[in-house]
Amino acid sequence: MKNLKMKKEFKVIADLLPDNTRVLDVGCGDGSLMNLLVKEKNIEVRGLELEKQNVQKCIYKGLPVIQGNAETELHQFPDQSFDYVILSQTLQAFYNPNRVLKELLRIGKFVVVSIPNFGFWKVRTSLLFFGKMPVTKTIPYKWYNTPNLHMCTIKDLFNYCDSHNINIKKVIGVNEDKTSLINKNNLELKNFFSKLGIFLIG
Amino acid sequence: MNNKIEDIKKINVTKPLKLDCGKTVKDFPLAYETYGKLNENKDNAILIFHALTGDQFVTGTNPVTNKEGWWVSAVGPNKAIDTNKFFVICANVIGGCMGSWGPSGNQKETNQPYGLDFPVITIKDIVRAQESLLEYLGVEKLLCATGGSMGGMQLLQFCATFPDKSFSAIPIACSASHSAQNIALNELARQAIMADPIWDKGKYFLKNTQPKNGLAVARMVGHISYLSEQGMQERFGRKLQEKADYEFSFNADFQVESYLRHQGNSFVERFDANSILYITRAMDYFDLSKQFKGGLVEAFKDQKTKFLIISFSSDWLYTTKENKDIVIALNASGADVSYSEIITDKGHDSFLVNEPEFLKTLKGFLDSMYEKFKNEKRI
Repeated sequence: MKNLKMKKEFKVIADLLPDNTRVLDVGCGDGSLMNLLVKEKNIEVRGLELEKQNVQKCIYKGLPVIQGNAETELHQFPDQSFDYVILSQTLQAFYNPNRVLKELLRIGKFVVVSIPNFGFWKVRTSLLFFGKMPVTKTIPYKWYNTPNLHMCTIKDLFNYCDSHNINIKKVIGVNEDKTSLINKNNLELKNFFSKLGIFLIG
Repeated sequence: MNNKIEDIKKINVTKPLKLDCGKTVKDFPLAYETYGKLNENKDNAILIFHALTGDQFVTGTNPVTNKEGWWVSAVGPNKAIDTNKFFVICANVIGGCMGSWGPSGNQKETNQPYGLDFPVITIKDIVRAQESLLEYLGVEKLLCATGGSMGGMQLLQFCATFPDKSFSAIPIACSASHSAQNIALNELARQAIMADPIWDKGKYFLKNTQPKNGLAVARMVGHISYLSEQGMQERFGRKLQEKADYEFSFNADFQVESYLRHQGNSFVERFDANSILYITRAMDYFDLSKQFKGGLVEAFKDQKTKFLIISFSSDWLYTTKENKDIVIALNASGADVSYSEIITDKGHDSFLVNEPEFLKTLKGFLDSMYEKFKNEKRI
């Protein structure tokens, strides 16, 4: 999943974060985003990553990374111990995204969550016209082998935050190289045209 | 034990050392060995802490035993800890028997070995005794300190006691406090030695001998705990030792028996029984949480050292869980910490054998830390 991620996403996330802050990247992959944050924003990073090979890549780059499962091992981080916690395109893969989100909000003063948008028009038309589970660039799996257990749309996550009293600071829609701000008024439209949603909450 | 022991490198520690037991000692020998060269910027020094039965002869040929150094898999020219690039230091622990102040060394007053007159020491005593060595070698700040098993325990103590002495640290397969199971296994080893009549309350040296049977059993206990159940099964299974069928005797019919007997018998040639008593005791007393009133998090407060904790999936002596507890405490104290679990069936011994994943991780971390340390020093 990580290697197909748009590079644009990292730039958008980096822009959301002030310099010299403390950031935890949950599911940090090979450390590309952490590297960017260290070099360009002097951010003090920590990573949590499940995949052994990615953990080693981070270690080779001198990036602090803990091998572990975000679903079960976030408890090791104390309350409010980071300024920002990042969860990039992983929320949908958890058994219990609700619990993970709560943990992220406990650990970080703010949380940046990005999701592949299941409300994107190509996804919708795929199911509507072909009657098959959608396989796209951002969601490249078949129904029987997908790690994505809880796909949601930008609108879903937006509503989730509302109903759980989670403060939405900013929502950015990403489509290829274009980004746009999303608010209540343009939510329907952006939910249709964005491949990726990036939420700053907390 | 051997005449060559007089030729090995030693410093005389003159600074008084107040031991945890209350006694103060000074003017004691600390034996050590170094590999590679300290560079001009003095930014390439790595301190290695050895495990229970290790010594300062990390790599190459041990001049006393004529056997390979205990960490030859990881340390040497072009190895993970590359002695072409790094200056590697290792000291024999006090309480040991490879030239440092220990129960087999002679007391000045009587010119007889200490035996049980040697004070009971702790991991903290062992670590603090090594401070003078760094001073003597002209190393102000280490690039890295590392060690596995009891070496890792010394390292945790070292970082807690001297939070600014090392740029990075790699504790391997260790624990911040000895578990009940580990204390139990050490007790088994001690009881085996003390049950040997030759031991004679530690005075066997008067007859110029060793409680060989007891010491060999103690070593067998150790060797069982260093292997994993699966690793042992795969290596030995029920295979018989150079015979077609059971002998209907108590000789070593099985390969695993023969292996343990061999390990036990060769160990008594190179290690002092009283040293085992003293060093295992030091391990059992180790409890970093107890030492720092606020617990383990307090022990690592204000750490500037960058940590990499490594555990092995099949290690049941120092489990992944125990290693993760160290990671959790370091995280809670805000320290810079990485953690990696190596998947292997080689058990606790994994850090001593050729385990490619482990060695790659070790090398990758060290090389990246070297770059960072050089940059930091330049600024």
